[in-house]
Parts: sequence; C-alpha cells; structure tokens
Amino acid sequence: MNIVVLVKYVPDATADRQFEDDFTVDRVNVDGLLSELDEYAVEQSLQIKEKREGEEITVTALTVGPEAAEAAVRKALQMGADKGVHVVDDAIAGSDSIATSLVLAKAIEKLGPVDLVVGGLASTDAGMSVVPAMLAERLGLPQVTLASVVETQGDQIRIKRDGDVATEVIGGTLPLVLSVTDQSGEARYPSFKGIMAAKKKPLETWSLADLGVDAAQVGLGAAYTAVEETAARPPRTAGEIVTDEDGSGAKALAEFLASKKFI
Amino acid sequence: MAEVLVLIDHVGGQVKKPTYELLTLAAKLGEPSAVYIGGADGAAGAAEAVKGYGAEKVYVIDDAQIKGYLVAPKAEALAQLAGTASPAAILLPSSAENKEVAARLAIKLDSGLITDAVDLDESGVATQSVFAGNFTVKGKVTKGTPIITVKPNSAAPVEKAGAAAVTPFEVTISDAAKTAQIVASQPRKASGRPELTEAAIVVSGGRGTGGDFSAVEGLADALGAAVGASRAAVDSGWMPHTFQVGQTGKTVSPQLYVANGISGAIQHRAGMQTSKTIVAVNKDEEAPIFELVDFGVVGDLHTVLPAVTEAVKAAKG
Ligand SMILES: Cc1cc2nc3c(=O)[nH]c(=O)nc-3n(C[C@H](O)[C@H](O)[C@H](O)COP(=O)(O)OP(=O)(O)OC[C@H]3O[C@@H](n4cnc5c(N)ncnc54)[C@H](O)[C@@H]3O)c2cc1C
Ligand SMILES: Nc1ncnc2c1ncn2[C@@H]1O[C@H](COP(=O)(O)O)[C@@H](O)[C@H]1O
Repeated sequence: MNIVVLVKYVPDATADRQFEDDFTVDRVNVDGLLSELDEYAVEQSLQIKEKREGEEITVTALTVGPEAAEAAVRKALQMGADKGVHVVDDAIAGSDSIATSLVLAKAIEKLGPVDLVVGGLASTDAGMSVVPAMLAERLGLPQVTLASVVETQGDQIRIKRDGDVATEVIGGTLPLVLSVTDQSGEARYPSFKGIMAAKKKPLETWSLADLGVDAAQVGLGAAYTAVEETAARPPRTAGEIVTDEDGSGAKALAEFLASKKFI
Repeated sequence: MAEVLVLIDHVGGQVKKPTYELLTLAAKLGEPSAVYIGGADGAAGAAEAVKGYGAEKVYVIDDAQIKGYLVAPKAEALAQLAGTASPAAILLPSSAENKEVAARLAIKLDSGLITDAVDLDESGVATQSVFAGNFTVKGKVTKGTPIITVKPNSAAPVEKAGAAAVTPFEVTISDAAKTAQIVASQPRKASGRPELTEAAIVVSGGRGTGGDFSAVEGLADALGAAVGASRAAVDSGWMPHTFQVGQTGKTVSPQLYVANGISGAIQHRAGMQTSKTIVAVNKDEEAPIFELVDFGVVGDLHTVLPAVTEAVKAAKG
C-alpha cells in the first residue's frame, strides 16, 4: 500500500508574517516550518501503517515549495515517514492553489499507483482548505475530508466528519484523498532514534521538468486570481479596562453594553 | 445582464440568512439566480423565501441522486448548470463543504476561486481577511467564471422583489462522484440559540470557565447570543468542536464578542479579531486578550457574568 502525505512548509504563525511587494506571501525572510496542521496528516498516515502491521506500506511525504521547504519533508521523515519528495522550481513561486494542486497531482502520478493521499485541514498561512479537494478532482479520486477519526480495513475507509449540521460517518473505497483535522489526535514528536534514522531515508528533489509540467502553467503569472491590494488591519485602539471590586466590574460592563446599545 | 448563481443555504427547504446576504452581493455583479439543491418538497418554500431578496430565477436541482454523498455530486451539478447558464459569477456560502465544492468546481470550469470573502464590490473585487485577521486582501478572479465563497455577515441583506421564476434543472451525476458515501448522520441537537457564524453577538468561554459554562450560557441567553468556546475548552470536552472559535474552528465577526476566561492566543484571535466590539472578562490583567478589547473587566467570570446577566435582564424588562 502506498500512502502519500502532503506536507506544506509555512511561515511561522507566531512570527511577523509579511507580504512581498508583489503581494505573494513572504516565504524567504520569515522562519518557516512544517505546518502544524499537516503534522496531524503525518500522524494519521503513520497510525494507519502501524495498525496494519505486517502489510507492505510506504508513507511518502510530499511537498511543493522553496528550497527551505525541504525542512517540512525532513520533519515528516523524522516522525516516521519512509521517504520524501520535494518539488522545487523557481517557476513555482507565487503559485495559487490551482497551480499547487496541478504540481502535486503530477508528482503523485509520477510516484506510481497510490492508495491514499492524506492532507491537512488547511495551510496555516493563507490556507483555503481547498488543495485536497482540487487534488481529488484532478486525480479523478473520491474524497473523504476533514476527518476527526480515521479507520481503514482492507480497501475500505471510514471517517468521522464533524459538520455544522450533523456529525457524519463517511465511507469510501481506496484509492482516495483523505484530509484530517486537528481533532484527529496529537501528532508525535520525532524521537532521537527517528531523527537519526531520517538522515538515511531517501529524499528526492524534483523539478517541473521532471514532472512534465510547463513552467507557464504555474507561478504568479499563471494565477487565476490577482491581488490588488493588501493592508495591515489598523491596530485596535486600547479600550477601557476596569478591575472588578465587589460587583463594580459587572456594573461597568453593563453600562458599557448599554452605551453601545447592546441592551 | 448576465446571471449570477447563488447557491441557497438551507436545511430541508428552510432558507438561512447568508443566502439573502449573497443575493444582495450578487445583485452588484449581475442578475441574481438562486440555486436550490434539495428535496423536491422544499423547493416551493425556498423559492418563496428568495423572491423577497431579488432572485429573478430559482434553479431547482432535485437532490435525489446527490444527498447521501459528499461534495463531488454537488460540484458536478453546479458545473452542469454553469455550462448552460453561463453565469458572470458563482457565489456559495462559505462552509467547509461548500469550499470543497467550490474547489472541485474551479478545476472543472478551469476558473479562479476566492474563498471566505467578507465583501464584494461591483467590479468583482473581493475582500478577504488573512493571517489571523491581521491583514485584509482585495483581489479578483482573472480567469474563467469567478467562483467565490462568502462568509456569513458579509453584507446587510437588502429586500427587493424578484421574479423568482422556478426553473427545474436536470443533472446527471456520474458513478465516480458517488463513491464517498455518508454511512451515518447524527444531526446536531438544536440549541435554540443563533448560529455561531451568523450571530450578531457571541459569548465565548475558555479554560477559565473550569468546565462550568452556565455563566457564559446565561449571559448568552440574556443577550440573545450564540455561545462559542476556545480550543482549550473544546479539547477538555466541555464543548463540542462546532463551538470552537479560531484558526481551526469558526471565524466569527459579530457586532459584539465577549471572551470569558480566554487568554487570547493568536489561534483564537484568528477567529474573532475582526469582531466590531470586543469585550473580555479575565482574572489575569496581563492576559493578551486585553490588547484587543474595547472594554475589559479584570475579575472572576463566575461572579462578574451572573451580575451582568441580571443587569441585562433587568434592562430588558
Ligand atoms: C495548530 C493550532 C490550532 C489552534 N486552533 C485554535 C482555535 O481554533 N481556537 C482556539 O481557541 N485555540 C486554538 N489553538 C490553541 C491556542 O493556542 C490556545 O492554546 C487556546 O486558545 C487557549 O485557550 P484558553 O484561552 O481557553 O486557555 P488558556 O490560555 O489556558 O487561558 C485561560 C484564561 O482564563 C483565565 N481565567 C482562569 N480562571 C478564570 C476565572 N475564574 N475568571 C476569569 N478568567 C479566568 C486565565 O487568566 C487565562 O487567561 C490552536 C493551537 C494550535 C497549535
Ligand atoms: N505546497 C504544498 N505542498 C504540499 N502539500 C500542500 C501544499 N499546499 C497545500 N498542501 C496540502 O493541502 C492541505 C490544505 O491546504 P490549503 O488548501 O492550502 O489550505 C494542507 O494541509 C496540505 O496537506
């Protein structure tokens, strides 16, 4: 069984994230890391492998991103993925999700028959939660997405999906695209052994030419949307803060709510 | 004028408010046509509802072949409709499922996609809020048929009479689209409170509630508000995940957000910092949430909130 887990390298959410002059996300001057939400995808991929003991299962971590994005694949290897693929090409910079999903689809096709593609809930940078669905469409595969619980048996998969109007159990038959949420269970930390082992794991670097993708199909120039302006939201002006003493806080708050016509 | 397709957000034919907001935005771009995907019995009621918000046409797509499956059949149905209607744009209410429907649709129609728009102007420029709400971005689809998912509360619905001509539309759903099946469905219990993402007021609780949400719920009910929660409260099992506000929960932008016993981590802020007015009750005066607030009370939520609730009730008579 072949599992491909999609891992994205993102700017650290706790750092000051910025835009470049061309309105693309600054991915060079801000420290990056494996998107926390994709750690859950790696974790579930590894759990599937572990639960299906005795089967021949390969977990491949795949990323599309700049040079530094290799760190995301490395982390996945340290956690326990078997091999890594990093698609890197200058032409990819500024790609939107449509182009990213194209490159991911071509890379997955190049990897050969895949049983399960596993993605995260969203990219923690400008995440739209759309890449797994786009990928499913491109690969002509079903999708079982936003899973909080995942179970597989043979070629069958069952997931729990916590929707807005209902909690659903979705069933499907492999091959398919799966995505998991941060409710699916804490991701493991790489162990010392895992870190050492990762150094010997295969990590391939592919260019667009390796995938047969025309550079004109990706990057900022090929984007299906254009950003016209970005603006930092004006900082909120400091409000009034009172310390409650014997009910004074509640009284002041009620007065504030009344002054704003909420009561 | 070209049509603008608006997917109706409804439960069993009962149309939800975001639909009216989308119809209002759609009228800026062309002639609004509402699209009903659902049971045949709910179609008339849905058509009647959207008539008052400027829908000139109501496409009715019987969901007999669609319900029970996830995402893919809806995307096929909308792609087929777009093929005949040649719309100027397609608007969908932003929800987890609709974003995925929009994603598949974008690939099918070879068209650009913008998700989670919070505003839309006459020239099709959409406003989004990104990086935990720290930036606003204005952008436009430049290829194909613009597909835009719009968040609740993005426009004030404008009442306007439309013809709402009911137009049944036959779709053919491929077997391939029917491979991910809904095996079981447990509908959410109605709380009787407004929906979190649509509410004008949200009262939230965090770890500081200690698991007792009664003070939070009491204030919410007195204000007619929705209840929200931080991830710490959800992870502790005190509240279901659907109540979570933040990066991996719901993004809300109400008139008033009241955060109680919530420290204000960046991931929580991501879901609430575009709220118009923010209030916090926290016993730690150093809590980062106070950097955001219009009004803050340093105090114990278990004593402050019940007293505020009483004051609200008294004021409302
Ligand atoms: C990938 C990722 C995604 C995440 N997504 C989300 C998300 O979507 N939403 C989210 O909320 N978090 C999210 N988090 C978690 C986030 O980082 C914080 O851990 C979380 O928001 C903390 O919740 P809290 O404020 O309730 O708890 P704490 O940070 O523990 O704060 C509790 C607060 O309650 C106060 N308090 C205690 N007792 C009382 C009392 N009696 N009266 C008044 N105040 C009291 C304390 O002073 C403290 O400020 C995410 C984290 C990660 C890594
Ligand atoms: N450049 C990328 N490389 C690898 N995986 C990606 C990339 N972009 C998105 N993904 C996957 O798709 C998921 C959803 O991403 P998004 O649609 O950008 O929010 C992420 O959690 C990843 O699993």
